[in-house]
Amino acid sequence: MEAKQGQVNQKFKTRIQRWFASSWSALLVPLLAVLTAFVVGGIVIAMAGGNPFSAYLGLLEGAFGSTKSLSETTVWATPYIFAGLAVALAFKGGLFNIGAEGQLALGAVASAWVGYALPGLLGINLPTIFLLPLTVLAGVIAGGIWGAIPGWLKARTGGHEVINTIMMNYIALNMVSYLLNGPMKDPNPLNVIARTPEIAESARFTPIFSGYRMHWGFILAILIAILVWFLLWKTTLGFEIRTAGANPDAGKYAGVNVGRTIVLSMTLSGMLAGMAGAIEVTALNYRHELGFSIGYGFDAIAIALLAKSHPLGVILSAILFGAMRNGGTRMQFLTQIPVDVISVIQALILLFVAADAIVRFIFRIKAREERVVLTRGWGG
Amino acid sequence: MNTNEVILEVRGITKQFPGVLANDRVDFDLRKGEIHALLGENGAGKTTLMNILYGLYQPDSGEIRRNGEVVKFSSPKDAIAQGIGMVHQHFMLIPVFTVTENIMLGDETVKNGLLDQRTVAALVRQLSKQYGLEVDPQAVIQDLPVGVQQRVEIIKTLYRKAEILILDEPTAVLTPQEVEDLFHIISELSHQGVSIIFITHKLKEVLAIANRITVMRNGKVVGTKTPQETDEAHLAEMMVGREVILKVEKGPAKLGDVVFEVENLSVFDQRGLEAVRDVSFQVKAGEILGIAGVQGNGQTELVEALTGLRTPHHGSVRLGGFDVTASSPRPMIEYGLAHIPEDRQKHGLVLSFPVADNLILCTYYQQPFARNYIIQNKAVDEYAHRLVEEFDVRTPSPYLPASKLSGGNQQKVIVARELSRPVKLLIANQPTRGLDVGSIEYIHQQIVQMRDRGVAVLLVSAELDEIMALSDRIAVMYRGQIVATLGASQATREGLGLLMAGLQIAEA
Amino acid sequence: MDIRRFLFITLIIIILIGVVVLVGSSQVSPATIIVSMLATTVAVATPLTLGALSGVFCERSGVVNIGIEGMMLASAFFGWFAAIYLNTILGFQPLPSLLTGVVVAIITGGLLGLLHAWLSITFKVDQIIGGTVINLLAVGISGFLNRQLFFEKGSIFGGQVPHAPGVLPRIQIPLISDIPVIGKIFEQQPIAISAIVLVIIAHVVLFYTRWGLRTRAVGEHPRAADTVGINVYKMRYWNVIIGGMIAGLAGAYFTLESVPSFEPLMTNGRGFISLAAMIFGNWSPFGAWAAALVFGAAQALQINLQFFRTLIPPQWAFLQQSSIVGLVPYILTMLILTGIIGRTTPPKADGIPYEK
Repeated sequence: MEAKQGQVNQKFKTRIQRWFASSWSALLVPLLAVLTAFVVGGIVIAMAGGNPFSAYLGLLEGAFGSTKSLSETTVWATPYIFAGLAVALAFKGGLFNIGAEGQLALGAVASAWVGYALPGLLGINLPTIFLLPLTVLAGVIAGGIWGAIPGWLKARTGGHEVINTIMMNYIALNMVSYLLNGPMKDPNPLNVIARTPEIAESARFTPIFSGYRMHWGFILAILIAILVWFLLWKTTLGFEIRTAGANPDAGKYAGVNVGRTIVLSMTLSGMLAGMAGAIEVTALNYRHELGFSIGYGFDAIAIALLAKSHPLGVILSAILFGAMRNGGTRMQFLTQIPVDVISVIQALILLFVAADAIVRFIFRIKAREERVVLTRGWGG
Repeated sequence: MNTNEVILEVRGITKQFPGVLANDRVDFDLRKGEIHALLGENGAGKTTLMNILYGLYQPDSGEIRRNGEVVKFSSPKDAIAQGIGMVHQHFMLIPVFTVTENIMLGDETVKNGLLDQRTVAALVRQLSKQYGLEVDPQAVIQDLPVGVQQRVEIIKTLYRKAEILILDEPTAVLTPQEVEDLFHIISELSHQGVSIIFITHKLKEVLAIANRITVMRNGKVVGTKTPQETDEAHLAEMMVGREVILKVEKGPAKLGDVVFEVENLSVFDQRGLEAVRDVSFQVKAGEILGIAGVQGNGQTELVEALTGLRTPHHGSVRLGGFDVTASSPRPMIEYGLAHIPEDRQKHGLVLSFPVADNLILCTYYQQPFARNYIIQNKAVDEYAHRLVEEFDVRTPSPYLPASKLSGGNQQKVIVARELSRPVKLLIANQPTRGLDVGSIEYIHQQIVQMRDRGVAVLLVSAELDEIMALSDRIAVMYRGQIVATLGASQATREGLGLLMAGLQIAEA
Repeated sequence: MDIRRFLFITLIIIILIGVVVLVGSSQVSPATIIVSMLATTVAVATPLTLGALSGVFCERSGVVNIGIEGMMLASAFFGWFAAIYLNTILGFQPLPSLLTGVVVAIITGGLLGLLHAWLSITFKVDQIIGGTVINLLAVGISGFLNRQLFFEKGSIFGGQVPHAPGVLPRIQIPLISDIPVIGKIFEQQPIAISAIVLVIIAHVVLFYTRWGLRTRAVGEHPRAADTVGINVYKMRYWNVIIGGMIAGLAGAYFTLESVPSFEPLMTNGRGFISLAAMIFGNWSPFGAWAAALVFGAAQALQINLQFFRTLIPPQWAFLQQSSIVGLVPYILTMLILTGIIGRTTPPKADGIPYEK
């Protein structure tokens, strides 16, 4: 009996060890990629005449230096988690959604519209329990539609989603610009900015701690990340998405409706991106403003790749990116190095994650995992 | 012409790939004007050796001597410079280029900075006349039949003044008639002093044409013989390392009802050409219908249309009395279709998925593997362990990605998955292509077992031996049509060969 | 180019020009409008033509390049920076400064091409991800340096945005400029002219020279090319670098030929649209040019409508807003990719890393 107990313990122990070993090896290369990117980024800063050390100190302080900055980091990380999940889910389905940017912006606009206009249209003051979910849902649906269109085009005509999502970005951003400058512009006579009016009180999330901007959206984002993980690895739908993504021919052979799965993956992906926009509106800004979300969709690509498209990894890399964006402002204040350098470092992170062979070469690490394969010709 | 002058010699070549010793101290020599066959199973190391001789791979150790002098090939360029030419199993021709462009590629004639097609075309005409290799220099490769493409490959080597010609499995894609033509060309070349290395795993061909035969097994040379010294059974034993039963044990068929009925089926291929024309047949429970035919005569498109992967444009398919024409695969799978696909890596497996997930690839949504859309890991785990054991899949764990398995074991995963469901119809397309003899025997047994259990079996294969060993009835496909259907007892190799070449038997 | 696509292109261009003629004919003669539209079309099609040519070289050799957008943007910045630096700090005349700027832009593009080649050929990174890396890198670097070099207090220009040395002058080509109407249309600036010349050169190089034959071979069936002793990697490297240099020239158009200034993100998707032009043009230089002209015409519509904004009835005025009429090229791109106007065939090995 005791011997058996010991055996079980032993088995359990090795399992734990294995788990750590495997997580460690999964984390090692991304961590080194980030490190390398910071080193190269430091060189860029130095070449442009700045002091990389003080810059990075400022960055750290701005990101984690106080409870206030910690709170701000989660504020930045929230849309990144949603948008990163959007890109990661599409990746798992074999699709490259470069359109998170546009899906997010449209989601924000739709959400803002429901938030400020719906109570007036209905002529009643909806309570939070109805209006808030409706407001978020509007953004989710708008994003979902914007994702579904390139998905449908891919499934139906073979038009490559990479170019189509990029085109949909430009269309969305132009539309948003038109709406925010025209029909949806805040009518307040003092307003000169292209922005919507504020949404109704009952369409808002309340802050978690008073005095801090950290909001429930962050918690929601983490829950959604777990949900996406569950969807992808524990459900039949997830099995279909991953099969269609890893080998669409085998998927078709096995009876999976690959076309439908493609549309579905892109819709879900768009919904996640739309949610990012909706949460920004309902939990943070209480309106949508032109140019507010620029770059989120592109950062999301780097976040998803850094996380190797794993939903839980997305949380970590989104926090990293949020911290960098948040700390960047402080860095600029302290060192006069433009916050734009963060974009350079993020691009470098993506570079070293994508070309992990470079990192493996620098740090002499063997072994390699499966490679992301997206390029399947233009099919056009 | 066949002198004893050795013009190429290989000594102690060793080549290690991750996990495989592809060549193990291989010795080999070639005489002037000789046809030297290199015989061996898939994976015996023949192609690796030839790729080394052609400069595509570099050996880990050992040396190559050309006319007695040690040479080093770091790229095909060096090998070409030494007068070595190679016709690869999968042709190295660019489908959208003309014959002339393909032949000149890499060794172009240029006038005023521009390509001089006319001079090259004239040279091509002259070469094709000299060696009896008829081709039109202006034709575009993708419009030419396979046999002609092969001639282009041979001219390509002669254009580069090859004295040694390596032919890698040259008959795999040819009709018996085209094989005859090829053999004529080969002996003509050898008469004009070209030495030929002929790689194959087909015993009959070797005995028909070679001057000498070298047999390889597991990366080693087993021995070299002349056709006079040996026979088929002996060569087979040398190849496999044990006695090979070339026959499959099977009793008479116990026929049941018609399970599968195909009527007047026509199917287009990728390019919109009619690849299958007006095909009709029936398969009864308990019988194996073999479809013989040279590769590329519409078998791929036929099977895709039958299994729901391609929409036919005319005709009907009935499975168990239900019309399944243009049906998607799932309803057919649920009815009891098992499909061993031609291309196991393209259709049969998701290589990046673990073996376990590949075993439930078609049934992941059914009880007990899923309940309420949630995958039941425990059920999957038990099932995977059971199948891995039952079908002898050699893998350390069912959670290893399928990509890490050998070809034979990958095929076993597919067979395990497909045959472990309630099956009424089995469609197996080239089920043993590229496998070693052990796996082939195993899969043959499984197919016969299914038949004996009352499953209707449609076997499509380009290997005549496989068709003859397994089938109860044999249909021959040629240019998209079924040109004849025979009982197994009526069929002879020669008769089938003629049918596969599109020649009707006199009495048929 | 098959007849269907040719007709489609002609039709769209006629419609786009027709719209402007309809709107403006009460003020200006149709002939003048048509000539003006065509001249604008050729001019604004320049970055698209060059971008598509860049894509043709990369993809004919088997490398998908969605980093053209980023290559253009980075080149636009560095070319502009070089021109200003020479002009303001070193005191060069405007024209030599501008021409040096063009060279710097081409070199920038070539270097980014080298990076893309390194990622996709040597490291076999998924080519779409590789291209995305280049796009993000270009946005980051150009945005950062733009701020750091021009607007920060300690920067070389002392926080003052210096005067730009203007743009490249129009040139008159002997003979062609003498032809009545055509001469007016082709009285363009040097990069626009060179784009047309490059179309012709690219056509000859790709289809009539050894280089072209090998490039196409490597993009169709790299193993076949390898077996006849062609160095696949080398061919791909050079073609991607050449593609990068052409994209660099396209970048120079933005800041040295079109307007004398740089703005972050100013390429505005032109790199991606040129990929659509390349696809629609069936990966051939002339086809790509024709498709680029369609997009050029769409943009010319937007520009020329500005002149007649007072003539547009008020209920249609919103259409003339840049955020609405500006959608035309993007929608056109998506329409083309659906293949309803004829499907084209990419090189067979396009996007697939070559494993020896």
